[in-house]
Amino acid sequence: MSTYEVDVRGEPPVAVMTLEGRIDRDAMTSLTLAYEAAVVADPPVILLDFGDVEYINSTGIALIVGVLGRARAEGRRVFASGLTDHYERIFTITKLSDFIQIYSDVDSAVDGAAAH
Amino acid sequence: MASSVEVDREGSAVAQPPTTTSSSGGGSVAAVPASADEASPDGRRGLTSRLRRRPSTPTVQPAPGVVTGPDLDIAPNDPILGYFHETPGVVDIRTLTLESPALDQMRDAGVVLVVPLVTSGELVGLLQLGPRLSERDYSKDDRQLLESLARYAAPALRLGQLVRQQESEARSRERFEQELKVAQLIQQQFLPKVLPDLPTWHISAFYRPARTVGGDFYDFISLPDGRVMVVTGDVTDKGVPAALVMSSTHALLRETGPRLKSPSAVLARVNDLLCEDIPAHMFVTCLAMVLDPPTGRVDFANAGHNLPYVRGVDGTVRELHATGMPLGLMPGMTYDQYDAVIAPGEQLLLYSDGLTEQHDGSGEMFGFGRTADVVARARTGDELTDLCVTELARFTGPDVEQEDDITLVALRRTEGAAHGASAPGVITAFSLPSEPGNEREALARVAEAVADFGLTEDQVDRLKTAVAEATMNAIEHGNANRSEVPVDVTVYDEDTQVAVTVTDHGGSLGEVGATHPDLELKLAGLQTPRGWGLFLIENMVDEVDQSMEDGRHTVRLVMYRDPDAPTTEEGSDVDV
Repeated sequence: MSTYEVDVRGEPPVAVMTLEGRIDRDAMTSLTLAYEAAVVADPPVILLDFGDVEYINSTGIALIVGVLGRARAEGRRVFASGLTDHYERIFTITKLSDFIQIYSDVDSAVDGAAAH
Repeated sequence: MASSVEVDREGSAVAQPPTTTSSSGGGSVAAVPASADEASPDGRRGLTSRLRRRPSTPTVQPAPGVVTGPDLDIAPNDPILGYFHETPGVVDIRTLTLESPALDQMRDAGVVLVVPLVTSGELVGLLQLGPRLSERDYSKDDRQLLESLARYAAPALRLGQLVRQQESEARSRERFEQELKVAQLIQQQFLPKVLPDLPTWHISAFYRPARTVGGDFYDFISLPDGRVMVVTGDVTDKGVPAALVMSSTHALLRETGPRLKSPSAVLARVNDLLCEDIPAHMFVTCLAMVLDPPTGRVDFANAGHNLPYVRGVDGTVRELHATGMPLGLMPGMTYDQYDAVIAPGEQLLLYSDGLTEQHDGSGEMFGFGRTADVVARARTGDELTDLCVTELARFTGPDVEQEDDITLVALRRTEGAAHGASAPGVITAFSLPSEPGNEREALARVAEAVADFGLTEDQVDRLKTAVAEATMNAIEHGNANRSEVPVDVTVYDEDTQVAVTVTDHGGSLGEVGATHPDLELKLAGLQTPRGWGLFLIENMVDEVDQSMEDGRHTVRLVMYRDPDAPTTEEGSDVDV
């Protein structure tokens, strides 16, 4: 993952981090920068959108755990969207899904945030 | 050199029956080998320079009183040779005082006068005369006549000798060339006409005989269990004798190989059989190697032959070590057997000493270092052959003759097997350098390989993740990110399941299931965020096991073909 995009949508504001490519060791810097950009507006919800992600490995999982830990420490909730069945399964196995609300796409995640 | 001739070799001056009968006396002509250079080409005997003059017609019989010149064999150190050489003119041997066996011999035969035939400073023959047939002794005129006869006869005799010598040399050259042709025929008869076609292996062979034809050979012998015995050997000596011993060795290896199977047993048996018949001064060096094509395992034993080289995927070169006595020297020898694994992408070279021991113009040998360099640079057998030939030619320069046969046999285990067609069960096999990120290549190639093997899309995704994790683990931990150390990946079609093995060179057995990462602990900062690899692997595939062999650590991943088959516990708990 070398590029990222962050925009804030909805109410309560959801900082949508659009991730793409691979979430592995190479994604560390980008993911950190994306997170920094996402929290500028102090959103209560961070949405990790995996719609354009093709590959996540164990290092990527560790990075996501890092983001989750930091967000929780800051009192933010973390949502995820656009996961393939395979990676949703991995979120389940790793219990990331216990802490990350999973939605099929960005819109339903933004709606979900509003509903809570 | 003319004076030293008689010292080094048999002085083979031969006297003949009288060639002339005349009123002046009986005489005979003896030819003396003129110089060392004119001895026969093999340098051992002076016989070729003998000149025998036969009676012009068989009806001419010696007249009564004619002296028959002795069949002289003048020893090289006989002082009379020097005397004749230095003494112009007629020598009356009756008054000669010299410690000379040849002189005694001539006297005993009744010779009284000897006229040395000297031309261009070389003693080429002797004119021997018995007593004059009339009652008077040889007159001054007679002697003058003899001297002038000798002056004319000497160059003529020399010319005759040279012609004979040239004819004889030409004949022996012809014989020699003929023998070489025979040797070449015998030898080539026994070299494989076609190379074996082994799945996942590329085999190439190169053989270039020296002009004199050494005794190199190589062979591929199929064993009943599907393995192949590869042998390379070299008979000492050259020409027909070497070719004949080579053919016997070849036959013995062919006979014992499939029966005994083990390289050490085969060498021991062939040694015993060969010892019975081999000429005393000859022996055979031989390396026997049994290759199991699907696994790359080689078992080998060595009877004094050059050690094989293996080129690793990264271009490093290692030697397969094995020692033992050459064949045919002593019966009852035993040979240690060794084994090794040729990984996918690696190339093995068996070669004869014709390569390593070729000298250049200054006498320097090509040697093992240059050979290993060539091996390191060549990725394929053809490249290897080409490089060996060009590098050797560059080393020796254009005017140096090849000293011995050169044999090269290269076996390369391919990285990717042809789909389905190759070794039983192996769908594909490849090696990757240990560089971060190469796990993606592994997963892509495995995904491609298993595309038609009945796994669901979800299973393929899970297998990809597991392969990627296992490969990452092998790169980072097993091989410590040393890019020159390969990770070997093999995909198997095992009937009801697909299996993938990922092998590194130094990992240890991880504890499967031992450290379950706990997300809550991680989030609480009580556990590192990392450590998901093995956990993921276990949860992605139906079976995981690990093994260690010869310092190689292998993780084996199994995915059942039937998607309804039970998965591992964690996996089956998940309702996707």
